[in-house]
Amino acid sequence: MNSLICLRLRLPPALLSLSLIELKSFCGRKKMVNGLINENPIVYEIKHRRDVRADSSSNTNELSVDAIDHLEVFDHIRDIKDPEHPYSLEQLKVLTEDSVEVDDSKSHVRVTFTPTVEHCSMATIIGLCVRVKLMRSLPRRYKIDIRVAPGTHATEAAVNKQLNDKERVAAALENPNLVEMVDECLSSSFE
Amino acid sequence: MGSLNNLTEHLETFVDVTRSPTHHAESLKAIASSLEKGVLSINQLVVEMDMYLTTTDDVVRARGILLLAEILNHLKSKPLDNAVVHSLIAFFTSKLEEWRSLRGALTGCLALLKRKGVAGVVTATDAEAVAKSMAQNVQVQSFALHDRKLCFELWECLVEQYPEAMINLGNLIVFATCEAIDGEKDPPCLMVAFHVVELLARLFPSPSGPVASEASDLFEFISCYFPLHYTHTKGDEASIPREDLSRGLSLAISSTPFFEPYAIPLLLEKLSSSLPVAKVDSLKCLKDCAVKYGVHRMKKHYEGLWSALKDALYSSPGRDLSFGPEFLTSPGFEMDEIHREAADLLQRLVKQDISFLGLVVDDIRVNMVFDTISRYSRYEEMPDTSKLEVLVVSQILSVSARASVDSCNIIFQTFFFRLMNTLGIVETTSTGDLVHKENSTVSTRLYHGGLHLCIELLTASKDLIPSSEESSSTPGSAQQSWCSIVNRFSVPLIGAFTSAVQSSNDDCSADAYLGVKGLLAMGMFRGGSSPVSRSEFEKILTTLTSIITAESAKTVKWELALKALVCMGSFIDQYRESEKAMSYMGIVVENLVSLVRSSQCSLPYPLILEATSEVCSTRPKYVEKMVQGFEEAFCSSFSDFYANGNFKSIENCSQLLECVTNKLLPRVTEIDGLEKSLVHFAISMWNEIESSFVFSYDFNGREFVEAAMKTMGQIVGVALVDSQNSIIQKAYNVISSSTLPAMESIPLTFAALEGLQRDLSTRDELTLSLFASVIIGVSPKASIPDVKPLIKLFMVSFLKGYIPAAQALGSMVNKLGTGSGGANISTDCSLEEACEIIFHESFASGNTISSDDSSKSKCGSETLLSKICLGFYGSLDLQTRAITGLAWIGKGLLMRGDGRVNEIALVLMECLKSSNSSGNAMHPSAMKHAADAFLILMSDSGECLNRKFHAVIRPLYKQRFFSITVPILESLIVNCQTPLSRTMLHVALAHVISNVPVTVILDNTKKLLPMILEGLSVLSVDAVDKETLFSLLLVLSGTLTDTKGKQSVSDNAHRIIECLVKLTAYPHLMVVRETAIQCLATLLELPHGRIYPFRREVLQAVTKALDDPKRRVREEAIKCRQAWTSITSRSTPV
Repeated sequence: MNSLICLRLRLPPALLSLSLIELKSFCGRKKMVNGLINENPIVYEIKHRRDVRADSSSNTNELSVDAIDHLEVFDHIRDIKDPEHPYSLEQLKVLTEDSVEVDDSKSHVRVTFTPTVEHCSMATIIGLCVRVKLMRSLPRRYKIDIRVAPGTHATEAAVNKQLNDKERVAAALENPNLVEMVDECLSSSFE
Repeated sequence: MGSLNNLTEHLETFVDVTRSPTHHAESLKAIASSLEKGVLSINQLVVEMDMYLTTTDDVVRARGILLLAEILNHLKSKPLDNAVVHSLIAFFTSKLEEWRSLRGALTGCLALLKRKGVAGVVTATDAEAVAKSMAQNVQVQSFALHDRKLCFELWECLVEQYPEAMINLGNLIVFATCEAIDGEKDPPCLMVAFHVVELLARLFPSPSGPVASEASDLFEFISCYFPLHYTHTKGDEASIPREDLSRGLSLAISSTPFFEPYAIPLLLEKLSSSLPVAKVDSLKCLKDCAVKYGVHRMKKHYEGLWSALKDALYSSPGRDLSFGPEFLTSPGFEMDEIHREAADLLQRLVKQDISFLGLVVDDIRVNMVFDTISRYSRYEEMPDTSKLEVLVVSQILSVSARASVDSCNIIFQTFFFRLMNTLGIVETTSTGDLVHKENSTVSTRLYHGGLHLCIELLTASKDLIPSSEESSSTPGSAQQSWCSIVNRFSVPLIGAFTSAVQSSNDDCSADAYLGVKGLLAMGMFRGGSSPVSRSEFEKILTTLTSIITAESAKTVKWELALKALVCMGSFIDQYRESEKAMSYMGIVVENLVSLVRSSQCSLPYPLILEATSEVCSTRPKYVEKMVQGFEEAFCSSFSDFYANGNFKSIENCSQLLECVTNKLLPRVTEIDGLEKSLVHFAISMWNEIESSFVFSYDFNGREFVEAAMKTMGQIVGVALVDSQNSIIQKAYNVISSSTLPAMESIPLTFAALEGLQRDLSTRDELTLSLFASVIIGVSPKASIPDVKPLIKLFMVSFLKGYIPAAQALGSMVNKLGTGSGGANISTDCSLEEACEIIFHESFASGNTISSDDSSKSKCGSETLLSKICLGFYGSLDLQTRAITGLAWIGKGLLMRGDGRVNEIALVLMECLKSSNSSGNAMHPSAMKHAADAFLILMSDSGECLNRKFHAVIRPLYKQRFFSITVPILESLIVNCQTPLSRTMLHVALAHVISNVPVTVILDNTKKLLPMILEGLSVLSVDAVDKETLFSLLLVLSGTLTDTKGKQSVSDNAHRIIECLVKLTAYPHLMVVRETAIQCLATLLELPHGRIYPFRREVLQAVTKALDDPKRRVREEAIKCRQAWTSITSRSTPV
């Protein structure tokens, strides 16, 4: 109840209705689907982590610049927990090193993730988690582009559109339930 | 009477279940001790306890019986009358029937049964009665864990201590044991139960006994635990580790041959399971069984065992040969536990019964390997299955060969000829000529697989050669069979391996690896009965040495050969093979040492040095030889340089000295006699310098001088006092006959001093530096001749800018006169006199410097040196040098706890003021030097005045200096006028603060924190102070995390945060930014109210840090940002 009042106070009526729609589309699957979407996912080995501190050239040369590269961005998001399993997105191969493309000079990053099953209604949540994590981890100059890998999801276009619509993302993040869920998925990646 | 009253009280306490366990234990202890002392007799006690033992209140009776039992447990060594023991055991036996008081009864029986000889023991009949009662009345599985454990312990005790009585019981006891174990699930009980089974099996060895007849049942009860698997792994320290329990089970299963018909099939079945633990356990258990059951019983399972073993060996996946030098002495591939256990079992079986080998020899898969070998010449061409085939078969054969001499003979007879045939190696004819069957050259048929198999066999067989003492006692008849086979092939084999190495090129290490490993295997046969003759052994050494000398860079081949030589060297040393040691010395050591001497070789000089030092470290004798070689090499290179100006030689000299410092000096405690040779080396260095009167060629030999100083200092550091004395004497002779001008000419005039700036020749500089390093390294007990002139020499030298001279002077004042109890009689100078010279000796200058005697006893601002420091006389250069020198002298005094350091500190602080007492402005450079002097004073130096160089170190000297200087520095900072002086004072303070142990800081956080914060902001202005800034920041971070500093940190939170936020953007040092961000994250531990107001500021700064050029900083920023975001009530993502 509290949160609803909050919403009412902060948003103009047009946006309010929008955010309610978001609430349904991001969160509604819990009511529609009984049980887990993918009950028994395949868990993969995780890759060796590179040691940031061991990079001697960077440690000795004060003036050298470590440009943000795809490995670093991958390090940011690899440990995000799957919304319905206690595994990381890396373990489920939703994300791999190759799914991140970075252009530091143009301040652009694109993450292409692969849902574990085609009809996965978690895709939007996963995408949202990745976006939030990157928003918190990358400098503000970056433009973040998140998409589902082509041909891996039933409603690919819709999901992509939803994830890259600034307004809709902002609205979704006004929803405390959703934010709580995202925070839970992200908590392990801040260790 | 009083004791009886007490007794009742104690009894009441124990019986009362509402009291705490500690009360119970206390009263128990009290009663037991009064019995122990004889104040109370057992009879009295029993009479007194009568009521508690017979009452109808179940709880009280149980407690009463338990009390009696526990008391007896305490009195195990107190002699008791046999009648008493008898009646007691009868009492407890009868109580076994009653489940309510069972705990007491069990404890009592156990306590009595465990009594030893003299103290009065339970008779066999009584024991039998106990056992009977146990078997009839006690339903073990219906009790709680502790009682069950007691039951099993009672059984264990009965079977162990009263075997005759138990034999009388026969079947009954076996049945009872079966019943007791049935359904048991707790590891501590099982551990005892398994032991009981083992004891029973030992008790009834006869084939008509109860164990034999009940074997199937008994086995069923214990086998159901196999393989052990813990379902609950809680962190219970009382619990038994899985390995122990599994070992216990294995012993129980292998305890009697009667289990064989059931056990072996079960184990073979479990071996085929996919669970790794089951496999390992089965293999271990089979090994136990093989030993216990005997050859006769095992024989019928051989077929099954062999196929199971093969499966286990072939199944462990992912193995591959690696050809690195580190695998030269190991099998070359990784083995998992299953594999290791399987190999062990195979070896055990072959060792036990040679007929098992028949299965191996006739196995089709084993025999097929020769086809595989001859199909692929190169290892990397083989498909994975063939690789596995070759590796596993090599292992099977080598393990079997290793089992016994007989098995080795059989394996060699069956396989070695075939192998040689496949490889195209033909045995030597009696005349020693090689006959090639075909016209193909040897190298075309070097199949890698075959070579590997051959090496494995040779390595396996070499362990079978008895050591020299054994071989003399048993004239070798049986063992010679394989030996003679190897002997017949040794020459062509060595040839084959050699050609493998020689044919190898850089991109393929397999050839080199196999070749070198083969040579190593051939060279490692020990003793006189070795199949490899001495001349062949020497050939191997020559080949390996020539590989090392022929290369021109550090290749894999080179490393392999070096490693092999080192292995052989240590092997020779280990088995004291004197003949081979001579060959080794003649071929390897002398060759390499002569290379060091001549340096005429394609191999780079550092590599020659590395090879020589590695090889020679294997034996003290070689080390001696090497140091001699080094000495000669040094002398010849050095003289080559000063006579002919060969710059290459001087470079070699530096490398040689580096090798001595890095490779030899660290091992001086390990190798006997190394110290002596090194001292000799040092003295010949001095000799060489002495004889080189003039350097015809000037050179910029900083590198050489530094290397020489380091070596010299360290040699002196490790040398014994006597040797130190001889080095000092030698050095003193050189220096006193040198052209160094200063010795006599003090007092100098300032004008002369100024004029001497560039006067020292290269040779003089070298002599002086080396001499300084000798002085730095000596122990306080060593005697230094002519101290006074030396002090003058060093004074003049450091005023001319030679830092080592200042360090030597510091060392001198540090150690002077502290030798134990006036042992250093030869020292002609006391500390007082030395200080007198240092501080008061008047330099005859144009201006009159009053030699005013009133201030003689103390050194203060009036002394001459301090006047130079303050810039009254001489140039700026002289001033800065004097300041640095003063710091080193001060360090020496400070460490020994001498009060004069306070005066020095005052002078240094005077230098930090913007203008000195007479109003002259200080030069910035002089101030900088003075500030850095505090770093010299406080930090631990690696170059001098440390433990390695025998410095006199008084405990807590840093703390003392801290407490003297910090208040003064603080007040100076407060009253400071110019920004420059302020910065310099802060630098000095930072040096003092950051070098003192952190506990001192924590005790004074309140006072220091504002200063530290101010220091951080002052120091962050200039990039020059970045290191100082960082160490100060570390001090701050130390205070943040400690509970002691919490309060003052909390009070200063706003200033700390302000300061840290600024530092997150510090451009000059990454670690500063990183640490600042970490500190900000730490601050979140402060009370919410203190930090909440600053969140916006912090978040802004940290968000900016997300775009830091360094990855490490960005990583910290993300964590810190997340942490700070989460303290706001609502987490905002952007």
